[in-house]
Amino acid sequence: MIAAPIIETAVELAVAASAGERGALLPILHAVQEDLGYVPDVAVSMIAAALNLSRADVHGVVSFYHDFRRTPPARHVVKLCRAESCQARGGAQMERAAVERLGTAMGETRGDGHVALEAIYCLGLCAIGPSALVDDRPVARIDATVLDTIAREIAA
Amino acid sequence: MTRVFISGDMASVALGADAVAHAFAAAGCEVVRTGSWGLFSIEPLVEVETGDGRIGFGPVAPGDVAAVLDGSHASRLGDVAALPFFEGQQRFTFARVGIINPLSLDDYGTHGGWRGLDAARLLDPQAVVDAVQASGLRGRGGAGFPTGIKWQTVLSAVADEKFIVCNADEGDSGTFADRMLMEGDPFCLIEGMAIAGHAVGAGHGYIYIRSEYPFAINVMREAIRLSAARIAPFTLEVRVGAGAYVCGEETALLDSIEGKRGQVRAKPPLPAIKGLFGKPTVINNVLSLAAVPFILAHGPEAYAAIGFGRSRGTMPVQIAGNVKHGGLYEVGFGITLGELVNEIGGGTASGRPVRAVQVGGPLGAYLPPSQFHLPFDYETFTAAGALIGHAGITVFDDSVDMAHMARFAMEFCAIESCGKCTPCRIGSTRGVEVMDRIIAARDSVKSSVRAELIEALPFTSEKSGPSTRSGRMGEGYLNKALYSRAPARIDETLAAQTALLRDLADTMKYGSLCALGGFTPYPVLSALDHFPEDFGAPAPLSEAAE
Repeated sequence: MIAAPIIETAVELAVAASAGERGALLPILHAVQEDLGYVPDVAVSMIAAALNLSRADVHGVVSFYHDFRRTPPARHVVKLCRAESCQARGGAQMERAAVERLGTAMGETRGDGHVALEAIYCLGLCAIGPSALVDDRPVARIDATVLDTIAREIAA
Repeated sequence: MTRVFISGDMASVALGADAVAHAFAAAGCEVVRTGSWGLFSIEPLVEVETGDGRIGFGPVAPGDVAAVLDGSHASRLGDVAALPFFEGQQRFTFARVGIINPLSLDDYGTHGGWRGLDAARLLDPQAVVDAVQASGLRGRGGAGFPTGIKWQTVLSAVADEKFIVCNADEGDSGTFADRMLMEGDPFCLIEGMAIAGHAVGAGHGYIYIRSEYPFAINVMREAIRLSAARIAPFTLEVRVGAGAYVCGEETALLDSIEGKRGQVRAKPPLPAIKGLFGKPTVINNVLSLAAVPFILAHGPEAYAAIGFGRSRGTMPVQIAGNVKHGGLYEVGFGITLGELVNEIGGGTASGRPVRAVQVGGPLGAYLPPSQFHLPFDYETFTAAGALIGHAGITVFDDSVDMAHMARFAMEFCAIESCGKCTPCRIGSTRGVEVMDRIIAARDSVKSSVRAELIEALPFTSEKSGPSTRSGRMGEGYLNKALYSRAPARIDETLAAQTALLRDLADTMKYGSLCALGGFTPYPVLSALDHFPEDFGAPAPLSEAAE
């Protein structure tokens, strides 16, 4: 867990960076998550106070959007596309293979906290699927070999 | 020093373009990163500058540098623009993509950039709106609403402040034109938005980009910084989404920019009257706004000269999924679905027969090859029970299970529903359950080798088991509420569940607040109507005859 003063600094920086902007809540949440890796519950109270919103308002936004995490992320995140175009190119099969190869269920973090497998719906790489973002790096035409490379990179 | 051009588009990078670029830089070449031409079977593409113009090679691997530079590489393509995939295109909006350095103001200026904005600023706002109306441009996000009428409404609205919002929340699977344009020619979108600002009297604009597009976000932010002086006094900023598909719906998108949950607003009031922060707002798709510079620079007649029926101009069609030559194909309306899939796309990548295509993303209909004669046109597609949407075509081969795809459509709607209206929020979850029962019933019929019974099924529904609708457990509202969903009372036969699916789709279609719940029935019912054999029913005669 991250110490409260660090969270406080992150929130202050994010709020200051969006000063004067209207509807600044999403940019602030993005900045906090970029900085800390997730949006801790204490940050929700701090952001609410800074923007003169209720905690429920901020919590409602954090919990609505798939991107915002409320717990620390795994060291590596594999976001595998589950949308139609990737399915048309064998995406479902690759999803099963990824679950097995990475040792974690879809939408879960592996027990050792080393890797998480997340579903994503379309990366706009629809003619060269199945696609994924591996720690924010795009990977396309995923087959057993590519999956193996990903798994070895992550293990390293 | 040899100049080489290598795409920095996210798709090219996903196929290894960065490593290729490094290899050419290490070999002493001057590497210019461009957008992608849009044909992914030749990516990573390298174009070498020579006295005879740019010579393309692709696909190229990092170890191929020497062979490419001495011209002996086996995948030499010559002039990329002369390839069959590009020769038949009419590139109005994507004219510069793949050719220029996306972040070079010089490149943009020398390739015809800013001519639309300069022309617009010499005109009255009303004259600019009239030009857009005359071009026949319709919203490229999916609804096909005339852009000029939308702009006229905002121009006529009286307010102290107005906004231009660009919807770059391109969440539909099978679409990537917005992403490619933002990464490959960001100033074109900026110019279009500046023209819109002049036309309706708006001083500030937002570009709402989904977080799944990190490359586009970076390019747009840098392009806005570089062009700030050129578009002043108009100002722009990028807002980043957070993984909610429903924020592609225009009113949910406005709420998201305002810092709220991305929930759909009831209309009216229209965003053109009461939009962002309650002010009159033009909200248009990337492709609509990016078409505007051409219209102002070349005149509305030049744009309207191309097209089909009431669908004027060009459409950047995206050919995706299980297809051999997938990519971006900008062409005038009227081209048929079959030409796009078979001739331009070259059929499936797997080499198996095409069984279905989904046009228009997760909310678009599935069409069988028997519908391939349909011309790309808003009205024709609507009449056929389909929609063009954002013009993404996802190709499936004969290994696809259409019942599974119908279930996925419901599942996707359940995951992405904003939760505001009941038909979408609850209906999608019930829809997944119904599809699970249909698939289970289908598979049990199949496995028990009683296939001849399938034809008898429609007659069994009245007799077998209690129906969900009969209320035989007792009369009255409370009894119905208590017992209607008791598992023992669910008639799990195929016929009953299929009827229930149609009933549910009807409720979702007419009862939902926006297109997410309202259009999810399109993929579901089109799969059921065109591919009944995947739902345990007999195949339609026309299909069986083929």
